[in-house]
Amino acid sequence: MRKFIKGNEAVAVGAVYAGCDTYFGYPITPASDIAHAVAEYFPQLGREHLQAECETGTINMIFGAASAGKLAMTASSGPGISLMQEGLSYLAGAQLPAVIVNVQRVGPGLGNIGPEQGDYNQAVKGGGHGNYHSIVLAPASVQEMCDLTIKAFEMAFKYRNPAIVLADAVLGQMMEFLQLPDKESVRPETSSWSVQGDAATRGNLVSSIYLDNDLQERHNWMLQEKYASMQADALSESYLAEDAEIVLTGYGTSSRVARSAVDELRSLGVKAGLFRPLTLFPFPAKALNEAAKAGKLLVVELSNGQYRDDVLLHLARDQRCDVELINRMGGNMMKVEDVVLRARKIMEVKA
Amino acid sequence: MIRKAKGFYETFDRKEPGTRATHYCPGCGHGIIHKLIGEAMAELGIQDRTVFVSPVGCAAFCFHYFDCGNVAGPHGRASAVATGITRSLPGKVVISYQGDGDLGAIGFNNAFQAANRGEHFACFFVNNSIYAMTGGQMAPTTMLGQKTTTTPFGRDPVKEGYPLKVCEILNQLEAPVFIERVSVSDTKRIMQARKAVRKALEIQRDGRGYAFVEFLSPCPTNWRMDAVASAQFVNEKMEKVFPLGNFRDRSAEPAPVAKAIPRLTVEELLDRGHEGGPAQVDHEFRERRFKFSGFGGQGVLSLGLVVAEAAGASGRFVSWLPSYGPEQRGGYASCSVVVSGKEVGSPTVDSPDVLVLMSQPAAEKFAMTVPDGGVVIYESSLPEPKVRPGVRVMGFPASRIAAEAGTPKAANTALLGALTALELHGLSEGKVLLALDASFAAKPALVERNRKVYQAAFDWARNNL
Repeated sequence: MRKFIKGNEAVAVGAVYAGCDTYFGYPITPASDIAHAVAEYFPQLGREHLQAECETGTINMIFGAASAGKLAMTASSGPGISLMQEGLSYLAGAQLPAVIVNVQRVGPGLGNIGPEQGDYNQAVKGGGHGNYHSIVLAPASVQEMCDLTIKAFEMAFKYRNPAIVLADAVLGQMMEFLQLPDKESVRPETSSWSVQGDAATRGNLVSSIYLDNDLQERHNWMLQEKYASMQADALSESYLAEDAEIVLTGYGTSSRVARSAVDELRSLGVKAGLFRPLTLFPFPAKALNEAAKAGKLLVVELSNGQYRDDVLLHLARDQRCDVELINRMGGNMMKVEDVVLRARKIMEVKA
Repeated sequence: MIRKAKGFYETFDRKEPGTRATHYCPGCGHGIIHKLIGEAMAELGIQDRTVFVSPVGCAAFCFHYFDCGNVAGPHGRASAVATGITRSLPGKVVISYQGDGDLGAIGFNNAFQAANRGEHFACFFVNNSIYAMTGGQMAPTTMLGQKTTTTPFGRDPVKEGYPLKVCEILNQLEAPVFIERVSVSDTKRIMQARKAVRKALEIQRDGRGYAFVEFLSPCPTNWRMDAVASAQFVNEKMEKVFPLGNFRDRSAEPAPVAKAIPRLTVEELLDRGHEGGPAQVDHEFRERRFKFSGFGGQGVLSLGLVVAEAAGASGRFVSWLPSYGPEQRGGYASCSVVVSGKEVGSPTVDSPDVLVLMSQPAAEKFAMTVPDGGVVIYESSLPEPKVRPGVRVMGFPASRIAAEAGTPKAANTALLGALTALELHGLSEGKVLLALDASFAAKPALVERNRKVYQAAFDWARNNL
């Protein structure tokens, strides 16, 4: 069964199939349609939707629901996500699974409601206080808005860690055909750590406090090992990259522009390819280095080089690869023809 | 000899293996309040059903003591955490335990809103008129003239405002079932506090709603008094500002019941849409990039949607992207549609193959973006737009045709007829008409009227363009 729907609605559909029990949220453009859909869907399915009083309320309601072993989620955009950072740190510290969707808008500050990818570092590097990471997934289509929401729940519960779906205003507002998932996800088992108000979980404690320095350090080391182990779940996609002499790379909406540019470049006889991460944390470093064998990377992003910096970080030291950046900000999309022009210029200079 | 409270762990191993002492200072009220709650939990037999949310502050370690499910959240957020828990675990007993900085300052809105929603938990609010854990700073409940480390000259209402009377504030709300202020300064008062705690937990046991108990509680350490002087301070100073008593007890009234919403299965809810599998790769199909633009209210977004739906039903890859936000309200509106034989790359259309113009501002914004070989079709009551060389420009009287066919608002449908007649969308007419009909599924009366407009427009375009 296919539905022609908005990316934001596809997130809600994904939440339904993932088995999400509770949704808490506070309205903000361009993410609000997710709450609209959930508010319609969830009560009819006997699930819980609550419009919270603010984003700090939201993320702490999620903390409560996750403590109870439930599948909890919220969706917001830049300013709202910023308000949730303390709660994200607590979720990570207490090792609680939850899904947070960020339909990125333009910042800093109030910015505007156009598409941008300026929350990359906030999502990928932590954002709140302390030595933690969220799992970060980067959908690039309406289909992936659904599929990666489901994946986010799966990874969040596998690793007992908050997972962020890092979308943007274009992905939230655009419509495409969504192939509905075949079946609902299997409910994860949580009774070993959650607090469900029953005899079996009466002895459990959900907390992120370790007053003893050594215990806290041990906890932090354990978390770092967990983050490292997530590499096994790094996801990416390459398109025409095998014989490419220049590889364009971006995530989300930027990768869509890059893909069009690759097609255009190929039609002009330029051997171009695309590398796009589906998980930003864990970062698919191995696959990136494979793609980087082309020798030239052109990073396409709707931010000030935040993703480019991570590409540089993850390139192997002995990787001989030039990395260039083409980007726009402010809610402006880069044009396919500008990306093509830039790629051709790079190729000419090197030729 | 003080006995271990029922409802506590035998030893407080989370603090230190084998320890039986609490971590509270001598004379502190927390220990007494803990004991009252623990006893009530045990006597009501609810420990297996209870989840206790600890605050941040002196009572951050409630989970050392209470033998029930325990959650420790961020400073000020216990009421929000408790909301998340009670919404997830209906029928269970949920307790939030909060201090005066936690509930009265940083987390006031969360506590207040939870009370206003009548969340099903008991909120125990400990008011000692000071921030104790962080070193004796002013609390929202600090009394006028009271010296703290951040009001060394005494709290001045002109600068620092007045002590916050939380019971009185919550008593303005409709939803709470039970609100009472008690004190733990002496035996007589503790007996009353015990009753209030028990009542608040009975209300939870019976699933009746929100219960709030405020405790006036001594803090000898930060008040720099001995235990006797502290008790006196509570009785003589605090009670003047925070009078004891029950503000509300509606526990005998029937609990309100939420409106029932009919249940569906996931399939019943979501399995509506298009039959058939995913789009088919077709390298022969030339990708077409459309821009539909005009004023908000002219139906340019729906025109784009009908084309997109028809393309999807034809097995094409398709994307539809609207302009949105403030622009929607009154200004220009536009949408980009890409129809392709392979996965769609950029959903934005910078250089449309086909541009539909229904307003002058749209013409000014987009006419020059159409590349050589492209087509511009515009509402012919507008001036002819300036375009780049090699672009085919056609005026089309969409509004007039729609009006003559009896549905003046259907100018967008007229343009659809023209697009089909001119073979600009590369889709079969059957699929287009199905998509058009489907777009009026909610208003069946409009189906025939739009069909009529469509046909008139189709014929006009065939004969005149």
